[in-house]
Amino acid sequence: MAHPLTLITFIPLVGMILILAAPASLVRWYKWIAVASAAAQLVIAAWLYANFNTGTVAMQFTERYSWIGAYHIYYFMGVDGISISMVLLTALICFIAVFSSFSIDRAEKGYYALLMLLDTGMMGVFVALDFFLFYIFWEVMLLPMYFLIGIWGGPRREYAAIKFFLYTLLGSVLILLAMLGLYYYGAVPTFDMTELAAHSSSYTIGFQRIVWIALFIGFAIKIPAFPFHTWLPDAHVEAPTAISVILAGVLLKMGTYGILRVNFAILPAATHELAWLLLGLIGTVNIVYGAMCAMAQKDFKKLVAYSSISHMGYVMLGLASFTAAGINGAVLQMFNHGTITAMLFLLVGVIYDRTHHREIDGFGGLAQSMPIYAGITGFAFFAALGLPGLSAFISEVLVLIGAWQLHPIMATFGAATAILTAGYLLWCFQRIYLGPLNDKYAALPDLNAREIFMLVPLAAIVIVLGIYPHAILMLLNTSLVRLNHGVLTATAGPALAVH
Amino acid sequence: MDFGNLASLHFFFPELLLTAATLVIVLVDLVVTDRAYLGAIAMISSAGALLLIGIEPSSEGAWLFHRMIVYDSFALFFRVLIALAAAVAVWMSIGSAEVRRCAQGEYYAVLLASTLGMFLMAESVNLLMAYLSLEIVSLTSYVLTGILEHNRRSQEAALKYLIYGGVASGTMIYGMSWLYGIAGSLDFVAINQALFAVPGVPPLTVFIALVLILAGLGYKVASVPFHMWAPDVYEGAPIPITTFLAIGSKAAGFALLTRFFYPGISRLDLGGGWTALSGVEWPQLLLVVCIITMTLGNLAALQQDNLKRLLAYSSIAQAGYALMGFVLLSNDGLRAMLVYLVAYYVMDAGAFLVVMIVANATGREDMGAYRGLAWRGGAMPAIALAIFLLSLTGIPATIGFIGKFYVFAAAIRERFYVLALFGLLNSVVSLYYYMSPVRAMFLEQPDEGAQPLAIGAWNYSLMGLLAFATIALGLYPPPVIAFAARSLHFFVGTS
Repeated sequence: MAHPLTLITFIPLVGMILILAAPASLVRWYKWIAVASAAAQLVIAAWLYANFNTGTVAMQFTERYSWIGAYHIYYFMGVDGISISMVLLTALICFIAVFSSFSIDRAEKGYYALLMLLDTGMMGVFVALDFFLFYIFWEVMLLPMYFLIGIWGGPRREYAAIKFFLYTLLGSVLILLAMLGLYYYGAVPTFDMTELAAHSSSYTIGFQRIVWIALFIGFAIKIPAFPFHTWLPDAHVEAPTAISVILAGVLLKMGTYGILRVNFAILPAATHELAWLLLGLIGTVNIVYGAMCAMAQKDFKKLVAYSSISHMGYVMLGLASFTAAGINGAVLQMFNHGTITAMLFLLVGVIYDRTHHREIDGFGGLAQSMPIYAGITGFAFFAALGLPGLSAFISEVLVLIGAWQLHPIMATFGAATAILTAGYLLWCFQRIYLGPLNDKYAALPDLNAREIFMLVPLAAIVIVLGIYPHAILMLLNTSLVRLNHGVLTATAGPALAVH
Repeated sequence: MDFGNLASLHFFFPELLLTAATLVIVLVDLVVTDRAYLGAIAMISSAGALLLIGIEPSSEGAWLFHRMIVYDSFALFFRVLIALAAAVAVWMSIGSAEVRRCAQGEYYAVLLASTLGMFLMAESVNLLMAYLSLEIVSLTSYVLTGILEHNRRSQEAALKYLIYGGVASGTMIYGMSWLYGIAGSLDFVAINQALFAVPGVPPLTVFIALVLILAGLGYKVASVPFHMWAPDVYEGAPIPITTFLAIGSKAAGFALLTRFFYPGISRLDLGGGWTALSGVEWPQLLLVVCIITMTLGNLAALQQDNLKRLLAYSSIAQAGYALMGFVLLSNDGLRAMLVYLVAYYVMDAGAFLVVMIVANATGREDMGAYRGLAWRGGAMPAIALAIFLLSLTGIPATIGFIGKFYVFAAAIRERFYVLALFGLLNSVVSLYYYMSPVRAMFLEQPDEGAQPLAIGAWNYSLMGLLAFATIALGLYPPPVIAFAARSLHFFVGTS
């Protein structure tokens, strides 16, 4: 296949143009154009998975063309072990999200067009290897997100949408500043991330620290790391189901992906110095704080949102450990959290579509009226709390093994929070699905075919990766071990160059 | 080369065409009853001026009219930009409901005369010529602002503009007299030699002269503290004129500002940096002005409900971003400023155009008129305005991002980190108010029974063109960058 990465990135954009160009009489077909684009993306992702060479750290499927010569900016794409799993995740989650969008019933043209633009932006972030191109995709994705939350969201959607936009833009401008600093003060003026990484030792440690922190704040807002997390619960609660799925399933991973791709690869010396504090400690705070907040929530969706904050903390903690286990576990956790949390948000969407509220205490006994739904929810909850045999167990254990070598106390907090997690999930399950049946909801229909079609593949992946994590780990290991080695042996330069 | 009056005419065809067109419009206005001809003549002559600029004799540069004005690539850049601004203003005027009600003959004649003045501002290399050209622009602008005879806001705006303008230009000419006293000449090259001569002039004297001159120039680019006229004038003037002032007059102001402060009183080093007069701290002063300009513009814009007023404050802030490139004392910075001005031209013209389209159809300029604009059928104006506003914020895949990228890159390169940080934080703040019309258009529902806006093909085509340019140049900026890079050459004589 020629240009697989360009195809996988821009097929949704073609879909968007088709949707925009289609006359209003074809309104029923918009969603099928979106389905077709997402399916094509998924096929290419599968092809990439099959053809990915797991034995090399080199970039694969690369494409490189000059774009803005005056600033040595290239249209440069490629994937390695750090990004390939995220490309797979994005294709998968977007495919599911399109199906979960079928319940949207107004302004479909705008909705599906924006969804496709969002898809292109996310995929672009993971395959771009030129920092400038990366930044363009990173920002392009904000726009559709703003409109998707702001137009099709819940009652406080305007507030949530602008809050999301302002927070992430603040992060983005810091990334822009850091990007320009890397360009001008490196050994060669370039935005090529592989070249920047190759010359990482040319930056002085003082410079690295400042740039590292600017980048970290930019990426931490996306993760979202404490104390930059406050936009997330608002955005999730107001967003339509499909957008929550994408937000939690893919968008949050961009933060940690950016830290790996930029902070770790390009600024290894500063990473070595600062990661335990800013990634490890804040990650631990995320784990504990997120879980405690989740426990206090009355809104089902907010509970899931806070659980995301908690689970993303494991990713940060794993990254900070600088061990092969920890860093592999962290990236695997990114993938696993993507699938599991997508299930959780879909399940919240199921009940919200039927009852138009999400008060945890407002249900009761739903297992009697909706047994399949309760069963799958139970499965997803157990997956989320890290039941052995399911995917999150492997990744969290790997993270904790790594974290133990970083600091036993952090690892202890991380491990102990599993109890809190089990607590809020099971308590929530009990209140919604067990106990006496609430008469109001006695006649609720169980899951329909479309909902089962969305949930079952995700559940299957959770089971497969619980038994055979190697399916993803084999993609990651070579690149991540090399990256980790780079951080551990990093040196900083004596003086800065200026171009 | 130093041309006399007759030889200079070779380089002066665009200006001659504008002069002729001004007179023709006045004459045609006397004999023809169908006023549509006047707009057509103005349109053809501004396009013709653009064409003539394109086919002029290329040359390294030359002094014209006994060193009154100069012909070089820097002037060429601004003549192109100003001619384009005039073309957009005339295009909008033809499609404007407001302008149709006013005296067309005077309107177009004065508009073209103003364009002529702006051309001369970009070319002046003599204090007297600089003052005269600036006054041509000012006087014509007062008339254009107040051209809506029966509109009190328009009248009031013109009066305010006149009073501020009078004070500013009076201050400036006083400063020029100081400089003349110091250098003994009105010629920029002679002034430069006198200022850099050893033993030097007392720095404080020069500084005072420069501050006084800055009053006039700062007034033209609407930088703090000479910005106060802008919101009232932008609000009161007919929208095509607001656009013309925002993009044309401001560009001319930047041209003269740059010409005076760079080749005028500084010297170019071999490495592409500029050396300012030692002890005369105008770069530091302008750095402060730049930061305050963008911050104040953005903060004031947060509170606005009238779109014209919002865009007026936004254009003050935008001038601040362009000034970021100006204060760096490097060719990199100036190039960034030129790129920024092109970006600003495209997106600001577009934003004002949509405001005019909405005002044409509804007679309103407040935020309420935009409520649910995307949902009342025909979403194109809403989408276009969103594109322009996002570009003004500096969101990628638009020309506005390229402009911001260039000025921030130049600031980082020259190690003006605090300036870059201020600029970036300002763009975050600006997002809030740029998004407020977007929120009204997309996130709110229209009033009951709201009809799609009536937009003629004339306005529609310009809107489409500007929106396309905003995105296309944002995705592929090399043409703009190459144009700006080629234009960064000041003719300072052959010796």
